[in-house]
Amino acid sequence: MIRNDVLKSILPIITNELVICNIGSPSQELFSLDDQTSNFYMLGTMGLCSSIGLGLAMAQPEKVIAIDGDGSILTNMGTLPTIANNVADNFILLIIDNGSYGSTGDQPTYAGKKTSLSAVARACGCENVVECQAKDTADELKKALASNQMTVIVCKCLSGNVKVPVIEMNPVIIADRFMTEVGRRQS
Amino acid sequence: MASNISERIVDDMIAHGIDFVTSVPCKQLAGVIEYVGNNDKVMHVPSNKEDEGMGLCAGAYMGGKRPCIIMQNTAIGVTVNTLATLIQYYQFPLPMLISYRGELGEPVACQVEMALHTKALLDQLHIPTFHFHKKGDEAELGDILKYTQMSKKPTAILTDAFFWRTA
Ligand SMILES: [Mg+2]
Repeated sequence: MIRNDVLKSILPIITNELVICNIGSPSQELFSLDDQTSNFYMLGTMGLCSSIGLGLAMAQPEKVIAIDGDGSILTNMGTLPTIANNVADNFILLIIDNGSYGSTGDQPTYAGKKTSLSAVARACGCENVVECQAKDTADELKKALASNQMTVIVCKCLSGNVKVPVIEMNPVIIADRFMTEVGRRQS
Repeated sequence: MASNISERIVDDMIAHGIDFVTSVPCKQLAGVIEYVGNNDKVMHVPSNKEDEGMGLCAGAYMGGKRPCIIMQNTAIGVTVNTLATLIQYYQFPLPMLISYRGELGEPVACQVEMALHTKALLDQLHIPTFHFHKKGDEAELGDILKYTQMSKKPTAILTDAFFWRTA
């Protein structure tokens, strides 16, 4: 399974959650598979998906899933101690770890070599860390959502992207649409 | 009535709706950060790097908070991409309370190097910039925060050593 297969497999699990999606192929693939007003797509700024997700989870009560990547976490490794030390039980960090920088041409990451992101997350103090094979991701996500505990899921999958167009939606519209959805739920 | 300038600045931020603060420490801002951390009217999430902090602020803003980032001017070098492609691109308002190191009174020579680039970088990024240099300059803070929300832009509030010594 590659990232796009993992995304397809978790779509039935994501029913009412707010989603922050990583820059590049992850956002483009999710947008092509199932665009929702509850999705926030990153168009730039490599690395900050998990930070945006944590900030959102801390700010409001709805459940938040940050769909991040191994390369992005490596870019912003400081995010894991911040997540560990600011527990938001409505936050799930799903790291789709395909061992490569997918959007830039599948260059290998260190997460595909000696570095274990689940071990790093645990060492940083994250309490609920699950590493799973791609085919089990949907089940693990379901369990994490049911647990009502902040969870980091590291999904090990194969490297590869599907050919989908870039997102042409205006960033201000992406944010406004998403904030309207968040606001609708608070009212 | 808060007793010192650090507390007055934080109280003013809170009075103008700031309820989420992320910070990366600076000696000059130690009092502000401590007071923010002990204040239950504002959520304080220390970050490890300023671009990470801006990500937290972007998420908090979309969740209905009014964020602020507290950092040193050296962070302008760290956050150029984040300011352009996240904060400005999506039009997230973000006041940046910045310790302006490397100005008159600076004891550490290396700090001068980024001070030389600070205003030029902010200018290049088209970031509205305000400089607190003398006692009383902080009176503008409330208007700056209103202006930040109104314009939906990042704004820079540079606070130098002379300000902190005399205010
Ligand atoms: Mg990857």
